[in-house]
Amino acid sequence: MPTDTSTGTPVVRIVGVTKVYSMGEETVNALAGVDLEIEEGDFVAIMGPSGSGKSTLLNVLGCLDRPTSGSYFLGGVDVAQMDDNSISAIRSRRIGFIFQSFNLIPSHSVLENIEVPMFYAGTPPESARKRAQELASLVQLGNRTGHRPTQLSGGQQQRVAIARALANDPMILLCDEPTGNLDSVTGVEIMKFLTKLNEEGRTVIMVTHEDDISAWAKRVIRFRDGKIYEDVRRKS
Amino acid sequence: MRATRIIKLGLTSLVTHPLRSSLAVLGIVLGVASVIAMLAIGAGASEEAQAQIRSLGSTTIRLYSKKPPEDGGGSTNRSRMVIYGIKYDDLRRIDETVPDVAAIVPVREVSTTLWWGEKSAESYALGTMVSWLSAARQSVARGRWLNEVDMVNQLPSAVIGAGLAKKLFQHNDALGTEIRIGTKPYTVVGILAGGGAGGGKIGGANARMADDAVFVPMTTVKERWGDRNVKRSAGSTDIELVEVHEAILEVPAPELVIPTAEAVKALLARFHKKEDYTVVVPLALLEESKRTKRIFNIVLGSIAGISLVVGGIGIMNIMLATVTERTREIGIRRALGARRRDITLQFLAESLTLCLVGGIAGVGLGLLVPVYVEWKFDLPTLVHPDSVALAFGISAATGLLFGIYPAARAAKLDPIEALRHE
Repeated sequence: MPTDTSTGTPVVRIVGVTKVYSMGEETVNALAGVDLEIEEGDFVAIMGPSGSGKSTLLNVLGCLDRPTSGSYFLGGVDVAQMDDNSISAIRSRRIGFIFQSFNLIPSHSVLENIEVPMFYAGTPPESARKRAQELASLVQLGNRTGHRPTQLSGGQQQRVAIARALANDPMILLCDEPTGNLDSVTGVEIMKFLTKLNEEGRTVIMVTHEDDISAWAKRVIRFRDGKIYEDVRRKS
Repeated sequence: MRATRIIKLGLTSLVTHPLRSSLAVLGIVLGVASVIAMLAIGAGASEEAQAQIRSLGSTTIRLYSKKPPEDGGGSTNRSRMVIYGIKYDDLRRIDETVPDVAAIVPVREVSTTLWWGEKSAESYALGTMVSWLSAARQSVARGRWLNEVDMVNQLPSAVIGAGLAKKLFQHNDALGTEIRIGTKPYTVVGILAGGGAGGGKIGGANARMADDAVFVPMTTVKERWGDRNVKRSAGSTDIELVEVHEAILEVPAPELVIPTAEAVKALLARFHKKEDYTVVVPLALLEESKRTKRIFNIVLGSIAGISLVVGGIGIMNIMLATVTERTREIGIRRALGARRRDITLQFLAESLTLCLVGGIAGVGLGLLVPVYVEWKFDLPTLVHPDSVALAFGISAATGLLFGIYPAARAAKLDPIEALRHE
């Protein structure tokens, strides 16, 4: 296991990961043996048609789903077969999720939404409130902290989601079609944001099916039939 | 720390749906309130009955003379002489043949008007003996009770009940004053303490209230009135001849009361062709009253239990709806690091809070109902702290019990499925 913290360190390493779903009689190989390393500070776009396994991979990377076989090292720790308590702790501290449909809690204010991951990480309420304020300012919503999600535009909601994803200073940001529910102007705005975060050293892993969006990434991985068939690093 | 914050979270979500929450809680409120109110009314009624019976004394047997049913055919417009009731011979026979009777205290009634100067009051003038005071579980507040000197010399001494003293003399001192029973003068030598005096309908007999009576020596009554009570009504004159109106039999120990009462009943039945007497056994009445109360409590408990289960089902129903409605929120929370346990706790806290709030409201309502009943229907009620604790405890238990399933269902949801839920 590499221990140096240079940009060459893999923050994500998956080895021989498969995921098999049984649907009645049939079995579906959503992931058919995937090996992948993602370095710290990288910006990766995962592409592929629907049913290619890209969403399953994102769920495995986000520790929402367990691989049928294979290993998943996140920051050098094998998380593939952890129990619910440990995997929940990994989700709250190591992973930041950004969803296509924002997934904010409708009854919570902007600040309260940003506080949710800190709540489950056991951050004391006062420091959580302070950090949430800072993050709200970071995503330029410092003046709307009391608003409910329904009082915000799509772009604003996604910015709240980004702030929430950053709350516990995670190792990786996982974005599932982050611009899928936004118009193109707002989409660009969000992508600029993610790029800025990446430039500051965040590892960003993003699933998308739009070439325009994948163009923002440094590395593009294409999936087909549960396997990687193309892995291209763009020249910067 | 974490737990208190999750509970606070549960509370907040209840406040955001006030109408739904209050409807969900209604079953619990009514359940708890009905438990407390019903138990209070039941306890009040049985407590009153038991106090009344207990005041008669658990080691006594009471005999009451009563007018036997009419033979019929007799015209009302005629003078008649009715002889009935317990005789001195009966008491003598009891004394001679029934073992375990420690004392026999006869009471003769001369139902008349009591006069103090120009003021009068309807009262029972009761002739009795020195031993009455202890047999009837009474005590003297001021002055003295009748004594042997009164008895032997047939003195016109009188002891009056506290209620009567208040009614007739009001703020004046009754002690030492002269009163008239009918036309005959007596001197008040003592006033009873009152309270705890058994009266009213007990075991089918109309017991005379010591509180409203005036007591004079038995010997004086006999000398002045003889054994005759003359009752006059319009157009007819009934002459009643009763020797003993009441008698108190003292038994040395509670376990001897029932067999002694049986022996007394058998003896009286042999010498009385008509049912012109009643035997009242306070101990047996007390047992019966306690048994009735037990049955009452079981019935009430069942009703209360059913209503709380119904309330619990209401809670469960609303919680299942909440879980379904918030499936996506559960998915979000799981993705952001909530453990299964956190989700369980959050929903359990909600149902528990619903039940506790319902419980508190129910206790409030349950305490108000007895007050209203007492005021409106003049029925005694007794709220036992245990019943409040019981009702509240059951409502909390209901919240826990019926909250577990929806909470467990929420926690078991697959995060990916939950996130996809629309």
